[in-house]
Amino acid sequence: MLKEKRIFNKKLVIAGLIIFIGVITFPFWFNHAKVVAPPEVKLTEKAKEAKECVLPDKVKMRGNHMQLLDMWRDTVVRDGNRKYIGTNGKEYEMSLSNTCLDCHSNKADFCDKCHEYASVNPYCWDCHIDNPKETKNNETQ
Amino acid sequence: MKRNRREFLKLAGITTASVIGATSGLTMAEASGSGEAKHKAILAKNQKALTAKRWGMVIDTTKLQTASDIEPIISACHKIHNVPEMTNKNHEIKWIWEEEFKHVFAEQEHELVNERLRHLPFLVLCNHCKNPPCVRACPTNATFQTKEGIVMMDFHRCIGCRFCMAACPYGSRSFNFQDPRPFIKETNKEFPTRMKGVVEKCNLCAERLAVGKLPFCVEASNGAIIFGDLDDPQSEIREVLNTNYTIRRKPALGTGPSIYYIV
Ligand code: HEC
Ligand code: HEC
Ligand code: HEC
Repeated sequence: MLKEKRIFNKKLVIAGLIIFIGVITFPFWFNHAKVVAPPEVKLTEKAKEAKECVLPDKVKMRGNHMQLLDMWRDTVVRDGNRKYIGTNGKEYEMSLSNTCLDCHSNKADFCDKCHEYASVNPYCWDCHIDNPKETKNNETQ
Repeated sequence: MKRNRREFLKLAGITTASVIGATSGLTMAEASGSGEAKHKAILAKNQKALTAKRWGMVIDTTKLQTASDIEPIISACHKIHNVPEMTNKNHEIKWIWEEEFKHVFAEQEHELVNERLRHLPFLVLCNHCKNPPCVRACPTNATFQTKEGIVMMDFHRCIGCRFCMAACPYGSRSFNFQDPRPFIKETNKEFPTRMKGVVEKCNLCAERLAVGKLPFCVEASNGAIIFGDLDDPQSEIREVLNTNYTIRRKPALGTGPSIYYIV
């Protein structure tokens, strides 16, 4: 004859279930509690003067600058082409340190600030100079 | 469930058609979306850029007699390319350096070799071979040959396996065993450094050729290094090759070096 089915240690099982659900939903309610404001990126005087970035649409620049940089480096290193004439008709030398950081010379307040917020950590700066402008004045360091 | 042949073919047809439809739809979305700017922007060479079918060099050793003739050339190159001066000799990084006859032309060495040659400091660098063994050895295509015959490194792809170093018969490649930055005395802000774990070597000043300048060693050599297009019969370098007896390093290996020596 079959025995009646029932939960043994009812209290323990239910308490365990509650803790389990609490733990697996942790990320949701933990993040819900605090809203992190997106960082305000600062433009340098030089950038303000230029008004536009390499891709004239700021939103595109925000979303696609990594692809643009990838394309730039392949074009420069592999094809030997170094000139980029943008959709706005402006000419740029395709260079991370010498062009992007020429306008955005405030890397810490611009690139880094946003990357920190987005949890990205580009390894480019292991090789590319991150302050081509700043230390030009005090070269002997 | 049984399916007859006809039903099976119908189903297969529909599946194939929908897959094709979906992929072409995707490609179109891509073209009209984020890719848009890329299609309209123009990528070009600088108008001043120096170009050739195959770059090469002749090093006139009669004009480079002593170490003090050679030293400024080496330091010029190493300075603009942020080549570090490692304190540990085993970790040495070099793009262009000095070597003795018996090492440069090992197969020509004999006990009665001319006194001048025996003590002459030779300038050596990557040979930018026509048939480069390093390129064949590289598993990631980080090292490749440009259309102009330069054997280049794409540092972004180098995984540091050092197959290229094993393949190169001239020892032209160095490996970064440590972070090179602390060993660079004066950084040239316009050129990237390298990092721990990548191989590096001479790039024939691709970044200078692109803006119409000669390689820096050529500029620093006071005419002792002649640079030009080996495939252009009218070029100065061909004239020099035609009027002088020149030799190359380890020609029997079939790598086809593009660096020639007047000895
Ligand atoms: C191991 C070193 C190294 C790392 C890491 C590296 N680069 Fe480079 N990069 C170079 C070198 C060397 C060049 C060649 C410079 C030249 O020829 O002017 C270059 C060239 C480029 C160029 C074109 C020329 C220029 O001056 O900028 C771009 C764009 C570029 N890299 C982007 C990147 C990006 C983006 C990253 C990070 C995701 C990155 N690189 C990481 C070494 C590196
Ligand atoms: C000629 C100066 C100039 C150059 C060169 C330049 N930028 Fe910009 N960049 C700007 C300006 C101005 C803006 C703000 C555009 C706007 O507000 O519409 C901007 C905006 C941006 C943004 C979006 C910021 C935001 O508010 O979300 C990113 C990301 C960016 N730039 C990255 C780059 C990168 C990467 C490069 C190199 C490939 C580069 N910029 C080169 C001037 C420049
Ligand atoms: C408005 C915010 C913002 C600004 C400003 C910004 N970035 Fe980014 N960047 C991002 C985000 C977000 C990603 C990650 C995208 C992804 O992972 O798909 C990213 C990714 C990258 C990557 C690729 C990283 C990787 O590991 O693949 C590079 C390179 C890069 N950014 C360079 C720059 C440079 C250089 C600047 C300054 C001139 C800059 N970014 C400014 C938001 C920003």
